[in-house]
Amino acid sequence: MNIVVLVKQIPDPAGPQELNADHTLKREGKLILDESDSYGVEIALQLRESAGGGDVTLVSMAPNGETSGLRTALAMGADDAILVGDDALPGAAALTTAKVLAGAIGRKQYDLVIGAVESSDGYVGVVPAMIAELLGLPSLTFAKKIDIDGSVIRIERQTEAGYDEVEGALPALVSVTAGVVEPRYPSFKGIMAAKKKPLEQVTVADLGVSVPGFNGNEEVTSVEDAPARAAGEKIEDDGTAFERIVAFLDEQKVL
Amino acid sequence: MQFDLTEEQEAFRAVVRDFAVTSIAPRAAEMDATGEFPVDLVHAMGDLGLFGLPFPEDLGGGGSDYLTYCIAIEEIARVDASMAITLEAGVSLGAAPFVYFGTPEQQKRWLPDLVSGRRLGAFGLTEPEAGSDAGATRTTAVRDGDEWVVNGAKTFITNSGTPITQNVTITAVTSRDAGGRPQITNIVIPAGTEGLVVESKYAKMGWRASDTHGLVFQDCRVPADHVLGAEGDGFRNFLRILDEGRIAIAAMSVGMAQGCLDEASRYATERVAFGRPIGKNQGVAFRVADMATAVDAARLLTYRAAWLRDQGRSFKKEAAIAKLYASEAAVDATRSATQIFGGYGYMDEYPVSRMYRDAKVLEIGEGTSEIQRQLIASELGL
Repeated sequence: MNIVVLVKQIPDPAGPQELNADHTLKREGKLILDESDSYGVEIALQLRESAGGGDVTLVSMAPNGETSGLRTALAMGADDAILVGDDALPGAAALTTAKVLAGAIGRKQYDLVIGAVESSDGYVGVVPAMIAELLGLPSLTFAKKIDIDGSVIRIERQTEAGYDEVEGALPALVSVTAGVVEPRYPSFKGIMAAKKKPLEQVTVADLGVSVPGFNGNEEVTSVEDAPARAAGEKIEDDGTAFERIVAFLDEQKVL
Repeated sequence: MQFDLTEEQEAFRAVVRDFAVTSIAPRAAEMDATGEFPVDLVHAMGDLGLFGLPFPEDLGGGGSDYLTYCIAIEEIARVDASMAITLEAGVSLGAAPFVYFGTPEQQKRWLPDLVSGRRLGAFGLTEPEAGSDAGATRTTAVRDGDEWVVNGAKTFITNSGTPITQNVTITAVTSRDAGGRPQITNIVIPAGTEGLVVESKYAKMGWRASDTHGLVFQDCRVPADHVLGAEGDGFRNFLRILDEGRIAIAAMSVGMAQGCLDEASRYATERVAFGRPIGKNQGVAFRVADMATAVDAARLLTYRAAWLRDQGRSFKKEAAIAKLYASEAAVDATRSATQIFGGYGYMDEYPVSRMYRDAKVLEIGEGTSEIQRQLIASELGL
């Protein structure tokens, strides 16, 4: 069972963030493994273990040859990684990203491609479906559980009401929701081993991908701060506060 | 000079910190209140590879250097001393004697469950009337056919009575030389051996979720192959164990002091009195600055001692210096942090009150501050 996992390396969400003049996120310095992607890595490792073999390959696109986040996923147990870095890529729009990643995935023999539903920094949420389209794969999205049975893949697709059971044929692409498994911690042995695992660095030219001008199809025109929260209403309890709280909840239709 | 840790050491520190903050910190207050020994957390630390961390991979260990092990202890101690000492005692006192002195057969038999953290080992040195004064050891082991018969008592033995304790390695007098001096041998007593009485858990000022018992041996019989190391080498061997253990206790002290510094800095920034954060007052700010200075010095001394050990160089004096300075720095830091928190620092609701109680024993366990000073002085030829 050979699995490709899409892995984004992002600035540490715990740290202060800055935007470039074109309103894109500054990605200088150390980048970490996006927590959203740690679930996909864990699922891939579990699928590989239950299949009794195969490779888990990471595919990532990042500036400055940054590999810290990839090393974390390799330390968890992934086998190898492909990193696409290109001076022309920073700030790439979703379709460009999808084309580049699809090109990198195409370098491997795979049964399954796993990605997060969306990244924790961009929250665009369209890249997995775009990649499936570009690679001509069935796209199974919002998976909270994955089962492989021979060449058939079944997922439980998270919905607002519960979940749908969706079935497809391998090879396929699956996007997984956050929090569905407990990602393992890398062990010290894993961290040491990750240093020696193959990590191929390629450019867009190496992939032979043609993109419509890296940002040609999308522009961020302005960025606004999220509106400050309006002050809430304070209810002093004179013995009847519960009635007003119930009335409020009723009005919000949450009861 | 090179002061940077390796990328791998930094990466592993981040892993252990995340685990400590996510899995241990939220339970520290409750474990302190109930004194319950959390077997599940020990197993989780085992899954993380912490119990075998500094041992060779062919013995099931993680193959790290001692410095990396110290970093792991430091990160656990930053949030909870009870779990840090459980780890330190499990590795430095429980498993290490088998790694250093065990035959391949003994290693194969005893180590797998210890280095994986499935079970715990303990080391029984201290007696009611003998601690660092090992010559006063009263516990005896007498050979009877294919067995050793052990009689005596041990006190303050960490990890000796948990539901997952595998064994206690003890020091016992097995003979006397021509001058009447006791010849000490290390003997492995498996948990549950007939004649091994595990007394009820001590009520302690701190380290409350750590498991500490007195042990009594009443005609306790173990097979002859339970002798660890050569007969009569027990004294020399446990000195080696203690020398290394001092570095680990120093690392634990660094972690506790760092935890206090983190808490105190945060509180001094958030807490407002007389119209501004209390940290804007020099009386508080300087106290925090002094804590930061002591933490830094303690960490450098500790890492230096660990580094010397990893280089295969002599580290006896440096380990004692690190343990002495770091443990006293930790006690000072808890006192400062509690003072900065004011009344809240005295309440169980805030972690600094627990740290205040937890820190004191660092100046006592694995050689008191006085013993460290004596050792340093003796290394200086005094």
